[in-house]
Amino acid sequence: MKIVYPKEEACMACRLCEVACITEHSKSKDTLKAYKKENPTPLSRTLVEEIFPGLSVSVMCRHCSDAPCIEACFTSAMHRKPDGRVIVNEPKCVGCWMCIMACPFGVIKRNQYIGEGQGARGKGQEIKIKLSSKCDLCPDRSIPACVEACPNKALAHEER
Amino acid sequence: MKYLIIGNSAAAVGAVEAIRRNDKGNPITIISDEPHHVYSRPLISYLLAGHTKEDKMYYRDENFYKENNVETVFNKRVTGVDTKKKQVILEDKKKIDYDKLLIATGGTPFVPPIKGKDRKNVYTFTKWSDAEEIIKISKKVQKVVVIGAGMIGLKAIEGLNAIGIDVTVVELAPEVLSRALDKDASRIVQRKMEEAGVEVITNNEVVEITGKGNVATGVVLRDKKKIKCDLVIVAIGVIPNTGFIKESGIKINRGIVVDERMETNIKGVYAAGDVVEALNMLTNEKMPIPIWPLAYRQGSIAGDNMSGGTLVYKGGFPMNSIEFPGAPTISLGIIDPRGEGYESLIKNDAKNGNYKRIIIKNERLVGAILVGDDVDRAGILTGLIKEQKPVTAFKDKLLDRNFGFVHMPREHRREKLEKAI
Repeated sequence: MKIVYPKEEACMACRLCEVACITEHSKSKDTLKAYKKENPTPLSRTLVEEIFPGLSVSVMCRHCSDAPCIEACFTSAMHRKPDGRVIVNEPKCVGCWMCIMACPFGVIKRNQYIGEGQGARGKGQEIKIKLSSKCDLCPDRSIPACVEACPNKALAHEER
Repeated sequence: MKYLIIGNSAAAVGAVEAIRRNDKGNPITIISDEPHHVYSRPLISYLLAGHTKEDKMYYRDENFYKENNVETVFNKRVTGVDTKKKQVILEDKKKIDYDKLLIATGGTPFVPPIKGKDRKNVYTFTKWSDAEEIIKISKKVQKVVVIGAGMIGLKAIEGLNAIGIDVTVVELAPEVLSRALDKDASRIVQRKMEEAGVEVITNNEVVEITGKGNVATGVVLRDKKKIKCDLVIVAIGVIPNTGFIKESGIKINRGIVVDERMETNIKGVYAAGDVVEALNMLTNEKMPIPIWPLAYRQGSIAGDNMSGGTLVYKGGFPMNSIEFPGAPTISLGIIDPRGEGYESLIKNDAKNGNYKRIIIKNERLVGAILVGDDVDRAGILTGLIKEQKPVTAFKDKLLDRNFGFVHMPREHRREKLEKAI
């Protein structure tokens, strides 16, 4: 299956992949609105690791064929789509962080914000929502936003 | 070929999914002493807190049994296994034949012989029905005493605290979560609990549950202190649920004894999940490690072998993620190193609720304790513990919050990030 592979030799830590990811996962799909106006503030599902100067790499979900995050998830929110992608079913996620504990790539993020609860208590009330967020390979696009945004071909969308 | 599974949780589902990869046709039967479609027991505290709803309790969707050609026998307790006749005996004396049997009965709450433990408002907290009953009476409950500040106790406290019920917890050990955290990490969690209004009593124990008639109205502690309450929750821990196989000839030690294929000493009888003692790959001893991810994995390996596969269990290690609001914690592997050769790296920022401890032996990472924002990217450490490769080259970076792949050797990064996994 096609996933996103980083090429560290070509990465210059510009973090445009993070910007593109945030925009793609925002409600407005507008970069400035996504950063300044939206609640919850969308999170980037890729992370540029860096040792300045000279070494950087953008790390995101590998969509492992034997995914420890799926095994660790007791709600079944973390699941595999028939096309092979590993995806969070957000309404089922309770933010227990078992997947964060299990993922050897450290690419699942704690997404926490104030929003309307969905359980018996939080219905119609503002409570702290906790859920896991990760790369979904941009289901609405043929090429993931981070790959398209990279000015230096440091990210490749391909099957290896 | 008839497959029979006793139990209906993570290990059972792992087994069904593995069996169906190898064998699409032969019937599978699941027996459960509960009335529910497969659900997630760890969600009961979220249900109590009102953070999830009944329809989100299920671990697989409603077509799971149908799609996998599974017949279910619900609300029936198993009272025995006749391994000679290959039959499981139910409480109503009915017998069910099998060719391959999986015992995946999980854990059962341990209730010590405290005087008054049989009063009617004394609960344990591991099943959906426990949460349901507590929710039902919660409007009339003002004060709860929780016995035990381990994982289960903490989850119960979190749920009760979220719906505004006053809680006192009594813990025998000197700290909360003493089996998952060290002293400094526990203190951060205890402080968050106290800030949320929970009374935490450690180094003490409940010696009697007092009451009027059949109803508990308070507890007496070892130091004679008395606490009034409307409800008691016993949350000391779980033990493997093996009572029904005592006379079956299936070997039990601390849990059911299994080989690397998850088969017991009786051919054709397998066991998986919280009910077994399986290999701890870090200490090389066999012990029960009652956690969800290992239960699923073991169930999957058992199911594969039951249906002609050859997968083996390579072992696991204890790990837990538990959050009292404001104090997320993740603990991995060996967290209470005893004996020679261990080295600990510690970063204690208790003031801001953050703590990170790394435990190394023979140049390998063998454990970690993380509290607060240090839980982010914890899984990288899990991966390093699993792989047991030397960490000396980047040891001085392990405590950094932004520790990551850039700190590892190029070759390791290439292996991990540039190849299909």
